[in-house]
Amino acid sequence: MSNTPSLVKRVQAHPLLWPVVTLVLILMVNASLNPGFWMLQWRDGHLYGSVIDILNRAAPLMLVSLGMTLVIATRGIDISVGATVAISAAVAALMVGGKLVITDGVAQHVSRFPMWLAIVCALLTALACGLWNGVLVAKIGLQPIIATLILMVAGRGVAQLLTDGQIVTVYYPPYFFIGSGYLWGLPFALFIAGFVYLLMHLAVTRTALGLFIQAIGINPAAARVAGVRERLISICVYAFCGLTAGIAGLIISSNVKSADGNNAGNLLELDAILAVTLGGTLLTGGRFTLAGSMIGALIIQTLTSTIYSIGVPPEINLVVKAAVVFVVMLMQSAEFRRAVRGWVVRPAAGSHA
Amino acid sequence: MKLQSKYIPLAATISLFAAMSVFGAVSYTGFLSPQVFLNLLIDNAFLVIVAVGMTFVILSGGIDLSVGSVVALSTIVLAKLVQHLHWDLMAAIPLVLCMGTLFGAFMGWLIQRFRLQPFIVTLAGMFLARGLCYLISIDSISITDEAYTVLAQTRLHLWSGGPMVSISAVLALAVLAAAVFVAHGTEFGRTVYAIGGSEHSAVLMGLPVARTNVLVYALSGFCAALGGVVFTFYMLSGYGLHAVGLELDAIAAVVIGGTLLSGGVGYMVGTLFGVLTLGVIQTLIMFDGSLSSWWTRIVIGALLFVFCVLQRVFEAGRKPGA
Repeated sequence: MSNTPSLVKRVQAHPLLWPVVTLVLILMVNASLNPGFWMLQWRDGHLYGSVIDILNRAAPLMLVSLGMTLVIATRGIDISVGATVAISAAVAALMVGGKLVITDGVAQHVSRFPMWLAIVCALLTALACGLWNGVLVAKIGLQPIIATLILMVAGRGVAQLLTDGQIVTVYYPPYFFIGSGYLWGLPFALFIAGFVYLLMHLAVTRTALGLFIQAIGINPAAARVAGVRERLISICVYAFCGLTAGIAGLIISSNVKSADGNNAGNLLELDAILAVTLGGTLLTGGRFTLAGSMIGALIIQTLTSTIYSIGVPPEINLVVKAAVVFVVMLMQSAEFRRAVRGWVVRPAAGSHA
Repeated sequence: MKLQSKYIPLAATISLFAAMSVFGAVSYTGFLSPQVFLNLLIDNAFLVIVAVGMTFVILSGGIDLSVGSVVALSTIVLAKLVQHLHWDLMAAIPLVLCMGTLFGAFMGWLIQRFRLQPFIVTLAGMFLARGLCYLISIDSISITDEAYTVLAQTRLHLWSGGPMVSISAVLALAVLAAAVFVAHGTEFGRTVYAIGGSEHSAVLMGLPVARTNVLVYALSGFCAALGGVVFTFYMLSGYGLHAVGLELDAIAAVVIGGTLLSGGVGYMVGTLFGVLTLGVIQTLIMFDGSLSSWWTRIVIGALLFVFCVLQRVFEAGRKPGA
């Protein structure tokens, strides 16, 4: 009995409380509108169902949001992730390519380069994109939004240049496994996202890295004085964000079996920033939660699926997202909370005057 | 001749524009005609207007990501009113301008009142305006109203038989002239520069910081709406996918025009040359014919990079003296 209040308080103070509540609410709305929402079927050796579908589609956003979380934790922002996705997808699709060759009556799929090489090259390119952002922010000292704006503007041009303005189609089936394969009955993409999350979780909880990142976010100058290698860590954080965007690019291009320089990862940066904010990471830096960002990505994907499934025109999606951003922003603002308290309290005080 | 250091970025932009023009004139026949340069202004009139609003926001130390969507929203509202509801132009255009101004003022109020980050507030504004476009119409609405097409197609000759400009180009120059006056000749303009320099100091100086902050975003909203009106003159249609990514072009123009992104330093005339430089890149690529259009984005990115790094160098150079 005596334990109860502290437990309630602990739950109330938990950073994941609001993201989880939001997600549960959206899931409940979903389930009430669509009776078969929770139904899972075992077919062809893997699970089918709306929930699995949402998880599968959320994987790229989860990955990008994870990278973005660390960037935002250091008071930065990376608006170039969409372009990085397009570039990585273009590199991978170009290198895998693939064609059907028939030798001795047996159909064989041949890729232009070995698939592992294509994946490594795509990821290295994405890493280089992130590194470039990091150097601009940490070494040259540009504002993060502007430093990444450069790649955001030029990146799509680079992706177009790589693909020669065409949509590059991939004809190499093993590559499709990344985005639409299944492992132990679950989408493979989900395992990638889960693995990256686990790795990052260990890195920030088991080493001092999490603390350093937080210190940089709270006060970069103080962190440097305290001996944190602020610039190096910042560069690594941006490079890592590029890498996660690169992985997302692989998943997306593998899922649609092609690379489209113009549309791949379009507006993904905004969704990722939204996911991170929804998850409870402060945009002013210093406080971040990786699990929250994962939940944030799920919230956004569930919201999108809900909007599609209830037959509302998908265009409303943007208005709903805007409303969600406004609400979350206001809830995070200390001034707003104070103002609301003022509106609630003032009538009572004012009645005497 | 010694240039004052504060004019160096502006001079760099103008020389860049001149150098590109000379390069074009030497490389391509027919490039060096007045009409080619007037076309820069005609084709980019909406961008000039939007970028002028953006310059005020950036000068005050903020950013406005919603302008592209507000342009799209304005085109579609205007097309709906004029084409489907048969409103008079003289009623529809002011309504659209009011709408844009109120939209901007609302975002400015949120930013100012609740200490929210301009980046996120205007990002939400971007989603909202784009979404509202689709709520009004998913399809493109073409405008065939007679008064409208006449207005859009009117060309004013500089002299009889000479090169000509459109009404939008004249409007863009008028907006620029007004902006130069507001920025350098009024209390509002001086307050914007002061806030960009240091908001805290501006408050201590007793300047109307809160009011100015809201007004800056209202002004940007107004310019975006006016940009939308001019955009309909150019496209003669309203569509939710108009002006995607325009906010980036506007920011790029402002930066290339020599305005410091940290706020407080910059000139309206620089923004005009920023837009013209972007236009000249496009014209050069068009005249060349062998380069694909996506080179435009790469060159703009490279220019952004060069100018941002230059800005850092100037900032670093100025600090010891200040």
